Amino acid sequence: MSSSIDKIINQEYKLGFETDIQTEQAPLGLNEDIISFISKKKDEPQWMLDWRLKAYAKWVKMEEPLWAHVHHPPIDYQKISFYSAPKQNIASLDEVDPQILETYKKLGIPLEEQKLLAGVAVDAVFDSVSVITTFSEKLNEQGIIFCSISEAIKHHPELVQKYLASVVPMGDNYFACLNAAVFTDGTFAYIPKNVKCPMELSTYFRINALNSGQFERTLIIADEGSYVSYNEGCSAPMRDENQLHAAVVELITLKDAEIKYSTIQNWYPGDIDGNGGIYNFVTKRGKCLGDNSKISWTQVETGAAITWKYPSCILLGDHSRGEFYSVAITSLSQQADTGSKMIHIGKNTSSTIISKGISAMKGSNAYRGLVKIRPSAHKARNFTQCDSLLIGPSCAAHTYPYIDAKNPSAQLEHEATTSKISDEQLFYAKTRGISEEQAISLIVNGFCKDVLNQLPMEFAVEAKALLSLSLEGSVG
Amino acid sequence: MLTIKDLEVSIAGKEVIKNLDLEVKPGEAHVIMGLNGTGKSTLLKAISGSHETSAKGKMNFLGNDLLSMSADERAVEGVFMSFQNPIEIPGVNTIYFLKTAINEQRKSRQEEELSSPVFMKELQEKMNFLEIDKSILQRSVNVGFSGGEKKKSEILQMMMLKPKLILLDEIDSGLDIDALKSVAKGINALRDANTSLIIVTHYNRLLEYVKADYVHILHEGKIIKTGDSSLAKELEDRGYENVLSSS
Repeated sequence: MSSSIDKIINQEYKLGFETDIQTEQAPLGLNEDIISFISKKKDEPQWMLDWRLKAYAKWVKMEEPLWAHVHHPPIDYQKISFYSAPKQNIASLDEVDPQILETYKKLGIPLEEQKLLAGVAVDAVFDSVSVITTFSEKLNEQGIIFCSISEAIKHHPELVQKYLASVVPMGDNYFACLNAAVFTDGTFAYIPKNVKCPMELSTYFRINALNSGQFERTLIIADEGSYVSYNEGCSAPMRDENQLHAAVVELITLKDAEIKYSTIQNWYPGDIDGNGGIYNFVTKRGKCLGDNSKISWTQVETGAAITWKYPSCILLGDHSRGEFYSVAITSLSQQADTGSKMIHIGKNTSSTIISKGISAMKGSNAYRGLVKIRPSAHKARNFTQCDSLLIGPSCAAHTYPYIDAKNPSAQLEHEATTSKISDEQLFYAKTRGISEEQAISLIVNGFCKDVLNQLPMEFAVEAKALLSLSLEGSVG
Repeated sequence: MLTIKDLEVSIAGKEVIKNLDLEVKPGEAHVIMGLNGTGKSTLLKAISGSHETSAKGKMNFLGNDLLSMSADERAVEGVFMSFQNPIEIPGVNTIYFLKTAINEQRKSRQEEELSSPVFMKELQEKMNFLEIDKSILQRSVNVGFSGGEKKKSEILQMMMLKPKLILLDEIDSGLDIDALKSVAKGINALRDANTSLIIVTHYNRLLEYVKADYVHILHEGKIIKTGDSSLAKELEDRGYENVLSSS
C-alpha cells in the first residue's frame, strides 16, 4: 500500500544480532546416545535419564501432527543439534562473559542490581543452560524456590518427580514428547502455602547457537493459598535457517492458589517470503488442582515464523477459574494456529477466553479453541470472544471454535467478530494530523486493549511498543 | 491563503474536476453548490489529500504546495475536513483519538504536548458550548453515534484542532434545527480574519446561520457561476436548471 508502510515493514528485525560465544554442542541428530549425552552434561540422576529415554521410545513411534492450519517443509530431526550451552561454569555475575551481558543489555534484560528496585527477579536462560539466577536469596527468605529446572532436578527431586508431566503427560503430543526426551533447561518455581510472591518472576529465553533447537521445560507450582505472577519474554537473533522450539510449560495450583502467567513472544519471524524464522511449537497447560484456584494465561505473540500453541486450563477443583487472553500478530509470511482449551471438570468452574488475532501482509492467523464441559462440571460457565483484525488484501484469518458440553447446566457464550483496517479509517485519522503508522497503532491497540490490560504494567508498555513495531508498515 | 489553478482531479481513473480555479483569501467563506455528482466532495477530498483522488495542477496553501503533501502533513499545516459520513473506528475512544490528534500535530510543529488538565478543561468548555453529551468521549470514534452526534463530534474536533482552512462536506445534512444551530455556532466561533472556510452544501438554510462571502456553482467539474450569498437563495427558489439556463 503506502510507501511509508513498506519502508517500515522492510526494517530489519530489531533484535536480530548474534552473539559469538564459545558453545559446546551436541552432534546433530537424535538417538539414545544424544539423550545420555544431554543427561550427563547436566549431571542428572539416573531416574531423570530413564524418564527421558522412556519419552524418546514413545516419541520415535509417534507421528508429527498435521492438523494445524500451518504449512512448512518437513523438519529433519537428524539435522538439529539438541544441546548447546555456554562453556564456562559461572558462579557470579562478575564471571559472566561480557559478551553475554552485552547481549542481555541490548535486549534490556534487567540483570543488574538497579533492577532489583523494579522488583524483577530474572532467571535468564541463554540457550539451554541457565547462566545465572538473581534474587533467589530474597525469594528464599519466603521459602519460594525459583531456579532452573536442572537445579530443581538435583535439589528438589521430590517436587519435580511429583509434578513433572502431571499436567502434560510425557506422550501428550508429538512435540511435548520430544521435549520430554531432550529438554535442556527451563524454569522451576514453587510458591509455598499462603505466600504471595513479592515480585514478578521473569525469564528471558533466547535462542542463540546456530542450528540448536531449544527445548525449554517450565514447571510452576503454587501451593495452597499462594499467588505468583510469572512473566516470560522471548527474542531471538536473526538467522536464515529455521529453528525448532518445542517448549512445555506446566502450571499447578492447589486450593485457593493463583498463577498468572504472561508471555511476550518476539522471536525472529522470518522474511516476507517465508525464509527463516522460528518454529514455535509449544505445549502450555495449567491444572487447577485445588478448589477455588485460578490460572490465567496472557500472551502477546508477535514473532516466530510458525506458532502452534494452545495455553490451556484443566479446571479440576470446584469453583476453579481459567483465563486466556491472547493477542497474536501474523505479518510478513508468519503463520499462527493458536487458542486455548478449557476443560471443565469441577463444579461451578468458570473460564474466559479472549483472543485477538491480527493478520497483515501475507500473515495467516487461526484461532483454535476447545471448551469441554465434563458431566461432573455442574453449572460450569464459559465466555469466549475471538476477534480478528485484517490489514491489507493478502492476509488471512480463520476461526475453529469447538464446544463439547456434557452437562446441561452449563452456560456457554461465544462471540466472534472480523474487521478490517480500511483506507477510509486511515484517511480520516490523517485529516486530523495523525500519521498512518500512528493511526494503525491506535487502531491495533484499541483492538487489543482487553488483553493488554491484563499484562503487568511494565510488560504492557513493552507489548504496546512491540505491537507497533511488528505492524509498522504492514498496513495499507 | 489558498490558491487553486488549473486543477484536474480524477478518482479511479475517471476525471471528475477539470481546469478548476479558486482563490480563497484569509477570513473568507466560500460555498460550493451544485447537482449530485458534479465533483463537490471530490474537490474537498483533493484539497485534504484523500488516497482516492489523484490531482494535477497548482494548489498553494500559505506557501505550501499541498499536492506534494500527505493528508496528515496538510492537517498539521492547518487544513481540516469534516466528513459527510464520518468514519467509524472501533476500539479507539473518541477522547483518546482527539488527544492523540492534537498532540501529534503539536509534535509535528515542535510544540510541547498538551497536558491532560489543560486538554480536559478546554474539551469540557467546547462540549458545553456545542451541547454535546459527554458519553461520546468514552465511546469508539463515531461508532453507534447518531447523525447529529457524528456531525457535532466533527465540529468538536475542528474546534479543538483550530485549523486555518476548514472544509465542510455537507455538515448540515441529516441535522435537526437545534443541532444545525449548534454546529453553526461552532463554525462561527472559529471564524476570524485568518480562518477560511469552504462549505459544500445543498441547502441555503446553513447560510442563514453561517455568513458566506461567495457562492460557486460547480457543474461537470467546473465552476460555472460565482455570486454572493443571494445566489444560494436564488438556487433554492428557482432550482439549478433555471439558474443554469439563465446564466
